[in-house]
Amino acid sequence: MESLSNKKKVLEQKPLTLGERLYLPAITKGLSITISHLFKKSATVRYPEVEREFSTNYRGLHSLKRDEEGRERCTACGLCALSCPAEAITMIAAERKPEEKHLYREEKYAATYEINMLRCIFCGLCEEACPKEAIYLDGPIVPSDYLRKDFIYGKDKLVEKPLEK
Amino acid sequence: MSTQVFYFVATLSILFSLMVIFAKNPIHSVLYLILTFFTFTVHYVLLNAQFLAVVNFIVYMGAIMVLFLFVLMLLNLNKETEPAKSPLVKIAAAIAGGCLIVTLIGSFKAVSISNPLSLKNPGLGLVENLGKELFGPFLLPFELSSLLLLAAMVGAVILAKKDHTEEA
Amino acid sequence: MDAAFVIEKFILVAVIFGVSLLIAMYSTYAERKVAAFLQDRLGPDRAGPFGILQPLADGVKMFMKEEIVPATSNKWLFMVGPGLAMLTACIASAVIPWGSPIAIGDRVIPLQVTDINVGVLYIFGVVSLGVYGVMIGGWASNNKYSLLSAIRAASQNISYEIAMGLSIIALLLMTNTLSLKEIVEQQHGWHWNVLYQPVGFLIFMICAFAETNRAPFDLPECETELIGGYHTEYSSMKLGFYLFAEYINMFISSAVMATLYWGGYNYPGMDYVAAHLGATWAPLIGTGVFFLKIFAFIFFFMWVRWTIPRFRYDQLMNLGWKALIPLAIANIIVTGVVIAIIEKF
Repeated sequence: MESLSNKKKVLEQKPLTLGERLYLPAITKGLSITISHLFKKSATVRYPEVEREFSTNYRGLHSLKRDEEGRERCTACGLCALSCPAEAITMIAAERKPEEKHLYREEKYAATYEINMLRCIFCGLCEEACPKEAIYLDGPIVPSDYLRKDFIYGKDKLVEKPLEK
Repeated sequence: MSTQVFYFVATLSILFSLMVIFAKNPIHSVLYLILTFFTFTVHYVLLNAQFLAVVNFIVYMGAIMVLFLFVLMLLNLNKETEPAKSPLVKIAAAIAGGCLIVTLIGSFKAVSISNPLSLKNPGLGLVENLGKELFGPFLLPFELSSLLLLAAMVGAVILAKKDHTEEA
Repeated sequence: MDAAFVIEKFILVAVIFGVSLLIAMYSTYAERKVAAFLQDRLGPDRAGPFGILQPLADGVKMFMKEEIVPATSNKWLFMVGPGLAMLTACIASAVIPWGSPIAIGDRVIPLQVTDINVGVLYIFGVVSLGVYGVMIGGWASNNKYSLLSAIRAASQNISYEIAMGLSIIALLLMTNTLSLKEIVEQQHGWHWNVLYQPVGFLIFMICAFAETNRAPFDLPECETELIGGYHTEYSSMKLGFYLFAEYINMFISSAVMATLYWGGYNYPGMDYVAAHLGATWAPLIGTGVFFLKIFAFIFFFMWVRWTIPRFRYDQLMNLGWKALIPLAIANIIVTGVVIAIIEKF
């Protein structure tokens, strides 16, 4: 059939010439290519000791942010859980008591907040959905573990460390 | 000490060659045959024929028996595929085997027991001397045997090629 | 046969055996490192500094793994196979001269287990036996892939043995001896046989690749077609024996190539060294040079493995029968004619 795009190339398979059938020229060429790689810099990054720099828009482990006074920003509105396509986020909301004012910024806060890292697909939609700028996927790679239950990260692992005074 | 080694190895050769016959599995037969050839190699070494020993080692143990094994591995050896032999064939085989034994015993009786062999030239079995013998006094038989081998080779090639030409 | 002789030979055998095993162990490590470096990677580097304890870790793993003997296999032969492969790999080193005789006190100790006058043929015979380990193991596994692999190994070894033998004949025409010791001593200084027999060496080397089942001729264990080849059904240290035997074979064939064609323990300027260092240390330097040559060959084996793709089966057979054997015969004829002409004038 006639090619319309005119991009078709007919590959002609010629019988090997004597030089090609001797194999040796091609073999020496190949050997010289591989030996040249012996002197090139290796591409490996020794991971646990050395970490490759992530790109700026890399999405890693989640962290729940605090505001400038060290109070948790999250107000347990549930928009992140709603937006999550993998249904990885759950939370239980609670009302802030007057003496807890220095702990939580809003009147309602998340008493528990869990992300199942085995479900999470690191799409970043929770980050987009959050009206309070409370969740960001700016952490490292999620470390491996042995048990499924250990992949459900609670507030102890997710919330940012308190501000240094 | 050499005599004791000889008797030991000779017992082994007889034992292994009997095992070749009595082994039920053809592959085992071939493996015993390889062991038998190995004991022959030891015999050659005891006779100071190092070249023959090594050639026996390479050609029989290393090449011919590999091909034997090769062919046997390709065969589908089942009890079902084994053709049943009629009693007539069995009787004929027994008679033929008996005749062979009688002939052998007769010929061994006729041969008088020779004196213990003592090599006049201990280096007789070395490569150099063997080569000089083969290419000197025995040049004609040597070349004739090579012609025989060549003919066999050509024959094998023709047999292998036959089907191919008919198709074409 | 005095006691000192027996002890000296015993020590020599033990040392050679130990060194072969050590080199085989570290060849597995070197193989992975060379592969990594040729592919811009790092290779194993976790066990010990630069990963030099990796072979130990591998060995421990091999020993600890569960040993599985297939129910339908031939149990006895299944065990014999790896043992035979290991045995034939180890006994070939008996006739290789590892160095010139070394003087300790007033005893002169030859660094060769035995100097039989058919040394070349002995090596050849042992190499030809090497295929039995593969064949018996492959057949006894009672597995189609293993059987196919065993058959491939057999036909490959037989085919390349012929070309190998023919390439040695041209060398023997020149050396007039079958003793490896004499062959080495004829190559004193830089008179290495490879300078006079380059074609023979090339054929020998290609055949050595095929005989040791190394890439590009590793058809008996080609994963894409035969899973693991003849050792598909093997596990634990039996598998380890097969892998080990391959590396020992590589070491031995490197040693044979260095001995026959690359001057063994000879090197340019050896007379000067011998005159200045005495009869104890000069042979040791020669042995060191010999091992350098061996390591160079082992590196070459690995370098080729990580460069050239595997041959197809028909290509393998064509190369063996239609290229190497005629070339080797032509080499014999040319060598013979040249020697006749030189002797005439």
